[in-house]
Amino acid sequence: MATELPGLLGPVVFAGLLVASGLTLLAGYRVIVGPTTPDRVVALDVIATNVVAIALLFALQTGEALFVDVSLVLAIIGFVSTVAVARYVTEGDIIE
Amino acid sequence: MVSTLQAAVTTALVVVGSFFLFVGTVGLLRLPDVYNRMHATSKATTLGAASMFLAATVYFTPAGQSLTAIVGIVFLFITAPTGAHMISRSAQRMGVEFALGATWPGMPDSRPDEPADGEEQAEA
Repeated sequence: MATELPGLLGPVVFAGLLVASGLTLLAGYRVIVGPTTPDRVVALDVIATNVVAIALLFALQTGEALFVDVSLVLAIIGFVSTVAVARYVTEGDIIE
Repeated sequence: MVSTLQAAVTTALVVVGSFFLFVGTVGLLRLPDVYNRMHATSKATTLGAASMFLAATVYFTPAGQSLTAIVGIVFLFITAPTGAHMISRSAQRMGVEFALGATWPGMPDSRPDEPADGEEQAEA
């Protein structure tokens, strides 16, 4: 699928996909282990940013410019989920 | 098609973005405190994703979605500090302590359950 990428760009994009996927799995360690709830929220934010980078690298690999829009929508969803979880944690602590 | 200069610039930006994503995730895994982790990830990971957006901008330059990628850079630079600020404020409201004996400025005995903006003192 990466045949139309010229020169060194194809292997570099593939290596970037591997790096971003491995970093997403490593951030999952902090989601599971993390001592407090804000640690897990920070790790989920990192996972959302890595998924944005994965969508952009996939757009470069396939040559489909549609996936840039997909990455922008993923960035919006990550921001909204981060704000929602942070507010939920704060309000729950105030109520109890 | 993509010219040689575009391919070279895109390759360099993808390498830089992968490096900054790596640095941000290492900071998330190895720093001792939630505030330190939030600091590391909100800077380095945002810069890595913005570099990926810039690579997409360069690659799709003659036609396509390059303007959408620039909008993505602006969106990341607006929303990443906002999200980090909300996470750190909720951590402070929950009473998460600093590591290594650091305290809040102006509070020598470090009581994080008192809100700093004085909303609860107004009704009490």
